[in-house]
Amino acid sequence: MAVAAERRKVAPGPRTRARRWFGGFRERDTWWAFAFLSPWLFGFVVFTAGPMVASAVLSFTDYSVIQTTHNVGLANYRAIGTDPYVLKSLKNTLIMTAMYVPADMLLSLLLASMLARITRLGGFFRTIFYLPVMTPTVAVGSMYLLLFNGNYGLVDKALSYIGISGPFWQSDPNWIKPGIVVMLIWQVGTNTVLYLAAIKNVPQHLYEAAEMDGASAWRRFKDVTLPMISPTLFFTFIILTIYGLQLFDQIYTAFYNPSSQNTASESSLMYVIYLFQQAFVYFHLGYASALAWLIFGIIMIVTIVQVLASKRFVYYEGSPK
Amino acid sequence: MATPDVPPIRGPWYRWQRGIPFAKQLPFVVLLTVFSVLFTYPFLWLLSSSLKPRAYVFTNRLVPERWRFYNYVEIWHAAPFLRWFWNSMYIDVLAALTVTFASALTAFAFAYFRFPLRNFLFGCVLATMMLPSMVTMIPVYLIWHHLGLSNSQYPLWASNLFGSAFYIFLQRQFFLGIPREYFEAARMDGDSYFTMFRRIALPLAKPALIVTFLFEFKAKWTDLMTPLIYLHGDKQFTIPRGLYALLGEFSPSAGGNGDYELIMAALVLSTLPMLILFAFGQRYFIEGITLQGRKG
Repeated sequence: MAVAAERRKVAPGPRTRARRWFGGFRERDTWWAFAFLSPWLFGFVVFTAGPMVASAVLSFTDYSVIQTTHNVGLANYRAIGTDPYVLKSLKNTLIMTAMYVPADMLLSLLLASMLARITRLGGFFRTIFYLPVMTPTVAVGSMYLLLFNGNYGLVDKALSYIGISGPFWQSDPNWIKPGIVVMLIWQVGTNTVLYLAAIKNVPQHLYEAAEMDGASAWRRFKDVTLPMISPTLFFTFIILTIYGLQLFDQIYTAFYNPSSQNTASESSLMYVIYLFQQAFVYFHLGYASALAWLIFGIIMIVTIVQVLASKRFVYYEGSPK
Repeated sequence: MATPDVPPIRGPWYRWQRGIPFAKQLPFVVLLTVFSVLFTYPFLWLLSSSLKPRAYVFTNRLVPERWRFYNYVEIWHAAPFLRWFWNSMYIDVLAALTVTFASALTAFAFAYFRFPLRNFLFGCVLATMMLPSMVTMIPVYLIWHHLGLSNSQYPLWASNLFGSAFYIFLQRQFFLGIPREYFEAARMDGDSYFTMFRRIALPLAKPALIVTFLFEFKAKWTDLMTPLIYLHGDKQFTIPRGLYALLGEFSPSAGGNGDYELIMAALVLSTLPMLILFAFGQRYFIEGITLQGRKG
């Protein structure tokens, strides 16, 4: 026995390891596993991995379905640098996301911490806040179009009751993005539900200890609640940023429907909208592929920066601090 | 299980809070009521405007001065709305059913079997979750184009036959939670792996399957970009694509009559199924979201 145990401890050589690994394919279980996997595997190769390679290749061509295709080298990527709409839309998208993400997080944190402090009607309120999430994005965009109209929209009318003359939300370049953010944070419900669940999972003894030390309500929130729910905050921070950078439906409905095509302001041009137009309105498929890789790169970089930056702020239970 | 007005997770916090007198909660209840009014007002405004005659649509009075229920009759004639409704229904149900089943197969394989390349392939699933759809959008369009289907409804649901990374991840967590002895017992009884999957794994993972179905149904009901790419005749349109077309068709600057009361009626009709879906599946929506957050 002792000898057998001793022998097992010796690390097998590379050849033995390889033989064992390939031997895995001879087992019936493995075949079954791959049988179960086969639909996904096929879809992954045909609809994800293959297209990724194809998209990378296309980005070096002037492919347009109709005309003959040429290899253009880096020309598409160089064109991006000089295309004013790329810079404009990128700037719009980044500014809008930078406004939307904190606004959404703060509002849902506010709602969730209030919801956590009541015991009656909690479910009712939660339902109310979640209902806008169920509204189709096209409907949200259309409602924004009508509610935020500078001439006869309800929002400006309501503002006039309290003595503020509302801006032209949809034609004044300075007010387009704030208006969009207000439209977006109407759908704050998903985050609210997430934060509420996170807050309710904070161990009660931490609050009791804080209270015994005479911590005020604000200190309890800042020093107990916030650190304890920081993993959730971090998770939503990343998800919301990715969502914001790829925003399409609502803005396309509001600003790029057939009736607004001539009047659409450049301040509402988001990156994905520009990409979509290049691809499926003008059929510059090569150029659009290059645009897609650029936004992919930007999303990657932003996410990595977020992960690195938040290492300091996120507290994971059980991890050495 | 949990009734709608009770939070699903009753942590120690909940028990602690329950001891708090109602008077202390009152300020929060009042504040939340104010927020609730703000959040629900757009719905009420929409409903009320959809019941007004054209000239009164933008009076913004909550109770219409004149009622016009006929808007809801007219919208079915003014646009092929019934057709869109049917298109959305059948595409979304197909998409949701196929993605649920295909993702379950894959998720089960990752959860139950041990096989070479497993970690690598699961890494591929996770990587797919991170990949923006725009990167693959154009080549996928070209695939459908070369199959001669880029002008059809197939691209809206057929790729769901192969599962979807996010749901695979979600369901795998669920399958991992099922005690392995259940499966071993089934194997002892001589069940094949597929029978075991069907008779034991699927029924036990029912909540995850329902969450998948509901999430995907909602996502498809809302999706605008894919129909914009693939659907071209208004007989093919889904609800979002149809609404988008209506917005252009009826507005004065595109040669319409400004029939905003009809647009509002259409918006109500497109939102209603989602609200009904939520009314019945609220528990699963909330559960699905918290599941998402738990892994983060």
